[in-house]
Amino acid sequence: MEKNKKNLSPADKFEFPVIQEQTSCGCGTSTAPNAVYTMPRLDQSFVSGSMTTPAGELPKVSSVLTRHDRWGTIKARLGAGRMHYIVDPGLYALGHPDAQAPILVTANYKMSFDYLRQALAGRNAWILVLDTKGINVWCAAGKGTFGTEELIQRIETSGLKKVVDHRKLILPQLGAPGVAAHQVKQFTGFKVYYGPVRAADLTDYLDAGLKATKEMRIMVFPLKDRAVLIPLELLITAKPFILVSLALLILSGILGQSGFQTNIFHDGLFAVGALACAILGGAVINPLLLPYIPGRAFSVKGLIIGLVIALGLIYLRGIDVQLWAGRAEALAWLLIIPAVSAYLAMNFTGCSTYTSLSGVKKEMRFALPLEMTAGILGLAVWITSLIMT
Amino acid sequence: MGNMVYLKNVATLAMDTTKCTGCGLCLDVCPHNVFKMNGKSAKIADRDACMECGACSRNCPADAISVQSGVGCAAAVINSLLGRNGGECCCGPQTDSSSAPRSGGCCG
Repeated sequence: MEKNKKNLSPADKFEFPVIQEQTSCGCGTSTAPNAVYTMPRLDQSFVSGSMTTPAGELPKVSSVLTRHDRWGTIKARLGAGRMHYIVDPGLYALGHPDAQAPILVTANYKMSFDYLRQALAGRNAWILVLDTKGINVWCAAGKGTFGTEELIQRIETSGLKKVVDHRKLILPQLGAPGVAAHQVKQFTGFKVYYGPVRAADLTDYLDAGLKATKEMRIMVFPLKDRAVLIPLELLITAKPFILVSLALLILSGILGQSGFQTNIFHDGLFAVGALACAILGGAVINPLLLPYIPGRAFSVKGLIIGLVIALGLIYLRGIDVQLWAGRAEALAWLLIIPAVSAYLAMNFTGCSTYTSLSGVKKEMRFALPLEMTAGILGLAVWITSLIMT
Repeated sequence: MGNMVYLKNVATLAMDTTKCTGCGLCLDVCPHNVFKMNGKSAKIADRDACMECGACSRNCPADAISVQSGVGCAAAVINSLLGRNGGECCCGPQTDSSSAPRSGGCCG
């Protein structure tokens, strides 16, 4: 394009002046090697000031989160705006770092960034934020956006080499699936040190001279970590729950032996309640009690929870299993509830920190067909039981 | 409660100990303590604990470790079966922002 522009004859220029202007913009000078560094914006809500460095004016951040930051975390946990919760990639100053201060690398998901700076209370450090499209370190490493290439580029474009004297980078250990430390060293001269899994161990790691204990290296999945995932799990089920509930109410109203309203009160509401309990089993009880429920496969855990819930509900409703209609209804709930909770429990594999893809595929090969069959069969039996009464 | 364990004998992790230089980086990056040093080279000590994240093979300078890495996420497997969302897990980049919050749970 540049060439074309130079070779244009005056006639061409005269004929297409506007088009010429536009094309010359597109292929501009953005990749020049000695271009100015790309700095994160100084007017982001969490930036508390700026710091003049040899690379330019860098945003300063605090290790203390504001109410605005905390509210953002809550909203993201509940799923609101989770995908746009980002910070600008690039270099940030935490406290008053000098040329010797450690460099910590993180993702540009705001929650990852906040966890990191919060863990470094009272420290001076540089924070290098990679462009992971607003996704946390672990997931971004899995898909390679928290990766070798982005890290190498970001080291060059952030001006990092001008700001520090040393050549050590601290990466979260959970970023390791995306980053080849030896290649980073080869291309940039920076040696990668993998820090602890949890940000809370960072100060100990720094104080120990970049040495992690064995405990710091192991990913666990404690109750607290499982519990914070529950709201989102429930949120995902909300829409299907409402739709299926409406269908159950209408079916019970039409097919039952009494009047429409009486049927809904007698059978429909119970069905909706049973469905809600099945969802609670898979999306709440399974995460909370995960290590204590028997079974390795998550769907087996969900199945067990579902069976217990189904038996409990059958007992509470006082279903008379002497009658064929009662037997059919009991059977229907013994099929539907475990199917739903097993399916939801199986979906929790994505949240867990220890399930392998090979394992999940193996589990799904047997579990998914069974869950679908049980669900559909259960619904058919339930409809039959409505007609029988 | 230590390491939680998932299904047995499925992980695709494999290691060529003859290539291993004994740098020990795999021990550092593994989040489930799968590797142990065995004299001057590393070895796989607990394959069933492997979650196939791929950190070890990515960081092995000697290319001694192989694993079919991926995210152990049922939603992602279902998505790829249905050809939806590019087979991404919930944490996939959202192409249409309106459906973002419903798209799944894992990536907190």
